[in-house]
Amino acid sequence: MTALLQVEGLKAFYGPSEALHGIGFSLAHGGITTILGANGAGKTTTLRALVGMIRREGKILFDGKPIDKLSTEAIARLGVAHVPEGRGTFTGLSVDENLRIAAYTRSDRAAIKDDMERVFGYFPRLKERINQQAGTLSGGEQQMLAIARALMLRPRLMLLDEPSFGLAPLIVQEIFRIMRLINSEGKVSVLLVEQNAALALGLATEAYVLETGNVVMSGPAAEVKNDEGIRKSYLGY
Amino acid sequence: MEQLLQQIASGLASGAIYACVALALVMIFTATEHLNFAQGEMAMFSTYLCWQLIQFGLGFWTALAIAAGLSFVIGVLIERIILRPLAGASALSVVVVFIGLLAIFHSMAGAIWSHTIKSFPSPFPEVSFAGSGIIGPHQIGMVVVTIAMLSALFAFFRFTTLGLAMRAAAQNPTSARLVGVNVDWMLALGWGLAAAIGAVAGAMVAPVVYLEPNMMSSILLYGFAGALVGGISSPGGAVFGGFMVGVLENLVAYFGNLTEKTFGVYIIGNGEKLSVALIIVITILTLKPAGLFGRVITKRV
Ligand SMILES: Nc1ncnc2c1ncn2[C@@H]1O[C@H](COP(=O)(O)OP(=O)(O)OP(=O)(O)O)[C@@H](O)[C@H]1O
Ligand SMILES: [Mg+2]
Repeated sequence: MTALLQVEGLKAFYGPSEALHGIGFSLAHGGITTILGANGAGKTTTLRALVGMIRREGKILFDGKPIDKLSTEAIARLGVAHVPEGRGTFTGLSVDENLRIAAYTRSDRAAIKDDMERVFGYFPRLKERINQQAGTLSGGEQQMLAIARALMLRPRLMLLDEPSFGLAPLIVQEIFRIMRLINSEGKVSVLLVEQNAALALGLATEAYVLETGNVVMSGPAAEVKNDEGIRKSYLGY
Repeated sequence: MEQLLQQIASGLASGAIYACVALALVMIFTATEHLNFAQGEMAMFSTYLCWQLIQFGLGFWTALAIAAGLSFVIGVLIERIILRPLAGASALSVVVVFIGLLAIFHSMAGAIWSHTIKSFPSPFPEVSFAGSGIIGPHQIGMVVVTIAMLSALFAFFRFTTLGLAMRAAAQNPTSARLVGVNVDWMLALGWGLAAAIGAVAGAMVAPVVYLEPNMMSSILLYGFAGALVGGISSPGGAVFGGFMVGVLENLVAYFGNLTEKTFGVYIIGNGEKLSVALIIVITILTLKPAGLFGRVITKRV
């Protein structure tokens, strides 16, 4: 079976400087792959390169089709939802408007309504705050909104950049529990970038470790998790 | 007393025009952080287009609809052809381009239609009615038409998906792209709408100020002042600010005349109302830099 996402020789650039030096990885249909690494390893850059937010070279196949020449908005239309570093909230819009604009690529009004109810099922707190300006939500609520917005796209693939960042452990657990649900119930494949390796390895099936723009190690998440050598040398815990 | 009411009413009428110009400025500013100095000259040019269509024998409203449509297209083309390549250019180069646009529209209008002052027909009937001493039919029509247009715009931005997408693209272009919004087109659309608003404002004010290439220059200043007073990042605030500046300007003249009559000393009059209105605007901005309704944007460093 072919992978949902297949990446080979991916390079990415900020201006003239190369930040990714030709990395490769893959993500199975319905799978959860995590990309780990220290600060500045290139995790965020990898996600940005995948959705065309920065200049990139190399091969990116989404469901067998090359997307490395497509614009960010065209990739979104294919069903790739990126929850970026900093969450990308439309701070001046209400929660409701944030969710509605997230379904911009779709025209099936009835289904959009259903999906709205579904995300409120996952995140009841958002429903309570539906008319609140999104910029005034707490950090945890904004992270919930970010994931809810990604779901409104009806994605086949969700890219998540450090969803645990800056949140209390209890909220993080809640968010990871829901991610697992979204993956299993919603058939959404997930590419998860995390600094919190223990957390990510608990959720993911495959893991890749990045160091200064190169993949230095990869394997099934369970193996990586149990290999003390890898943990000590790359993940620092 | 009647004179005071009269001044307020005519202040509201010119304020309606300033409100339109202010809104057009704010629409482009929130999306690009640039102030379009050419907005007034674009509106003037649109007004000439409208006049020309009326000369061809079209009815006023048909002519205005076509002129607004043409202005929309011109606005879109200006964004796509002239401003698009400047994305990422320094603020100063964009200012230079705006000033260039201003000069181009100004001299084009002069070259095509000459610099002589032309009268512009009012679409509203000359009727007299109770209270017509306070406000004339054209002034009422002007307020009604602009308020109808502004309400339609607010409804568009608030209730339609496209309006929402335009707001999203203006606020956070990166996130807008991530949800599939074509941000470039939203910008062009914003330019088109701003130009169309200018066309309507121009055609409404032209019967009052007459048609000539300089007709919009002080109006642009007032609109600009209105946008700043209301908050350059707040469309609703800009509209309020426009009306406020209109009323303020007339009150200044009114009280100036009053003091002259009662005390026999001339302090301020019609000639100074622009300066005094601007002084009041500057005072408000010193006290409240973001404008009355603007949010202070703190940039993360
Ligand atoms: N906007 C940018 N302009 C220039 N260089 C950048 C930019 N963003 C990141 N970089 C550089 O690219 C490299 C990878 O950064 P990246 O943000 O991908 O790291 P990361 O793995 O996401 O780190 P963190 O865990 O801190 O988020 C770093 O050397 C960084 O300095
Ligand atoms: Mg990062």
